[in-house]
Amino acid sequence: MSTKMIPFIIITGRDNMDSGLSPQDKKDLDKFIKFFALKTVQVIVQARLGEKICTRSSSSPTGSDWFNLAIKDIPEVTHEAKKALAGQLPGIGRSMCVEISLKTSEGDSMELETWCLEMNEKCDKDIKVSYTVYNRLSVLLKSLLAITRVTPAYKLSRKQGHDYVILYRIYFGEVQLGGLGEGFQTVRVGVVGTPVGTVTLSCAYRTNLAFMSNRQFERSAPIMGIIVDHFVDPPCSSQRPANMGQPCNYRAPDEEDGPFAGVQDSQEVCTTSFSTSPPSQCVCTLSPSPSKLSKPLPLDSLQLPLAPGLVTHTLYTSRLSYQPPALAGGAELCHPAANPNQVLHAGKEGGVALVPAQPPHGADAHLTVEHAPNTPGSSGDDDGLSQSGEGRRDEGRRSVSPSDPVESLNAFTRKIGAFVNKPSTQITAASLDLPFAAFAPRGLDSEENDPMVQPPDSPSCPSPLQASLHSQGSEGSGQQDDFVMVDFRPAFSKDDLLPMDLGTFYREFQNPPQLASLSLHISSQSMADDLDSLPEKLAVYEKNIDEFDAFVDMLQ
Amino acid sequence: MSRQPHSTLFGKGRRSPVNGNNSHVAMNCRSEVLEVTVEARQVEEAMLALLHTILLHRSTGKFHYKKEGTYSIGTVGTLDIDCDFIDFSFVRVSSEELDRVIRKAVSEFKDALSSDGMGQISLEFYQKKKSRWPFSDECIPWEVWSIKVNVVNLANEQERQICREKVGEKLGEKVIK
Repeated sequence: MSTKMIPFIIITGRDNMDSGLSPQDKKDLDKFIKFFALKTVQVIVQARLGEKICTRSSSSPTGSDWFNLAIKDIPEVTHEAKKALAGQLPGIGRSMCVEISLKTSEGDSMELETWCLEMNEKCDKDIKVSYTVYNRLSVLLKSLLAITRVTPAYKLSRKQGHDYVILYRIYFGEVQLGGLGEGFQTVRVGVVGTPVGTVTLSCAYRTNLAFMSNRQFERSAPIMGIIVDHFVDPPCSSQRPANMGQPCNYRAPDEEDGPFAGVQDSQEVCTTSFSTSPPSQCVCTLSPSPSKLSKPLPLDSLQLPLAPGLVTHTLYTSRLSYQPPALAGGAELCHPAANPNQVLHAGKEGGVALVPAQPPHGADAHLTVEHAPNTPGSSGDDDGLSQSGEGRRDEGRRSVSPSDPVESLNAFTRKIGAFVNKPSTQITAASLDLPFAAFAPRGLDSEENDPMVQPPDSPSCPSPLQASLHSQGSEGSGQQDDFVMVDFRPAFSKDDLLPMDLGTFYREFQNPPQLASLSLHISSQSMADDLDSLPEKLAVYEKNIDEFDAFVDMLQ
Repeated sequence: MSRQPHSTLFGKGRRSPVNGNNSHVAMNCRSEVLEVTVEARQVEEAMLALLHTILLHRSTGKFHYKKEGTYSIGTVGTLDIDCDFIDFSFVRVSSEELDRVIRKAVSEFKDALSSDGMGQISLEFYQKKKSRWPFSDECIPWEVWSIKVNVVNLANEQERQICREKVGEKLGEKVIK
């Protein structure tokens, strides 16, 4: 699609001039729809920035607080949206779409969602524009706020950073859903009837993330980086439009770098004052948005990354989520342990890495899982705890019979992080007694990657969600050749405080050099030396025996 | 929903432990029932998520009545909240007071949940009608949201995580509803 071909049409094509809609109402309605479209784009893009959004309520509205909602306007986004709209409004056959896609650092990209704002012909002539439609649009925006956090792409976008970024693209015209793969699901956010048609907002999201599994994760990239420039979520007040403006590859080359038309936009304010008597007082003015059409750009290249510089949650890499080939939209998880040979599908980004069957390699990345000290039924827990206390969790997991408590403990203590390279996902449900172990993406080679899982905050913290190592959990661990990598997100783990997670910490400090005094070799040597030198010392003492006797006499 | 702007913006939450039902439901009152099955630890967050989402939709800014017959409406800010026990995030209104009220109601509900783990909490939006003396004010509900909770106990951690995820999805579906 290219913007060049869209003619610059003022909104006259509507066929309802005879509907009794007064010109003022018509003007208001068009304005509402336009700003609704712009705010919709803002909400969607902000929801995919990867940060938590926080805005304040205020009792005195400003001109830019459309629909009584405090939605910040990222200027770049507004600019893009206006560019895409090119002066038109969403209408029948002309939908505004925001496409969210994911792009890995290797250049693979995949469409995740398409949000569509459409208009159809069903008119609701009796509705009151200035009040009812406005309020309903406001409620629709709130629904959009809520729903943007629910679709799967939200979690993905919260974890973007190192390995992938989330991009958005706004286009106008026909809705294109082909890039979403098979089996995509549609969610209807809501509808609002207006005298000129019914506004419909919906989202189609991809459920099949299989594309990523084969290609993306076969490289080795350490992901345990210390993020120096990540931000803790600021308390409530600072949006970061500056980050949006960071130049990056995705920007079209002839984009302007300067601040985008914030100034001109401020003239388009919303009604802040309503009258209790019928004719509402309008305090808005409309000014034409600056035309940026002088340099027509193909829409395909118009991709702006979200939060390009932010690498906040890098330790939560995303790769796990893409692995399973059959990812139902609702993330079908394995059924409870009653069914031993169930293949696990990784639902989303949760779960813990499972354990490989091979004997431990010292340098392997592995993640440890905490034993809950207070969980019942795990008789051998003490061993495990003491081992974990030392930070030595190198025992490999083996196919153990549940009758061997110590071994079964060992079975649980070794976890593999990212990219275990075993193809099968035959890990049974029963074997996943680990916390969050319900997700079984395809494993990749573990040797190459550090674990991406986030261990719980501290081993001693009796987080209620920590695994208890039931011996029953080890039953199904027969297929130890297949280990899967799961993302481990224990409760209460906060990623924004500590750049280094527990896994790194453990690995680094896992093999401290032994104390010299404890070294058998050295001590035995010194003992031998002592023994050897003893006769010499005795000889010396005998020689000086007279002196010693004199000394003793003196003391008496 | 076309309603006149009203001085009471949202109704009070009322809890009914152990299979309680609302004792009075007006004839023309809209009623929605949501059912969730969660684990014990997730009860609070699940309730918070659902209640906050409902209230987000039903909240408006403060009305300021100025002279000359005009009024203005304040803006509502929003806040993203992540759940700790559930793989879920939701949006709520940025109002600390509202948050406190809801949390209080939810924790009372949680405490009052019976041992068999069934309960229901309701959020009612009502319209206050002032009446002349000697009649007291009348409260007429126009919308009631009931959330039925079923608490289960899960045997091992893996199930818990599944539950976490599933609850997250279910909440999402309810939100979409």
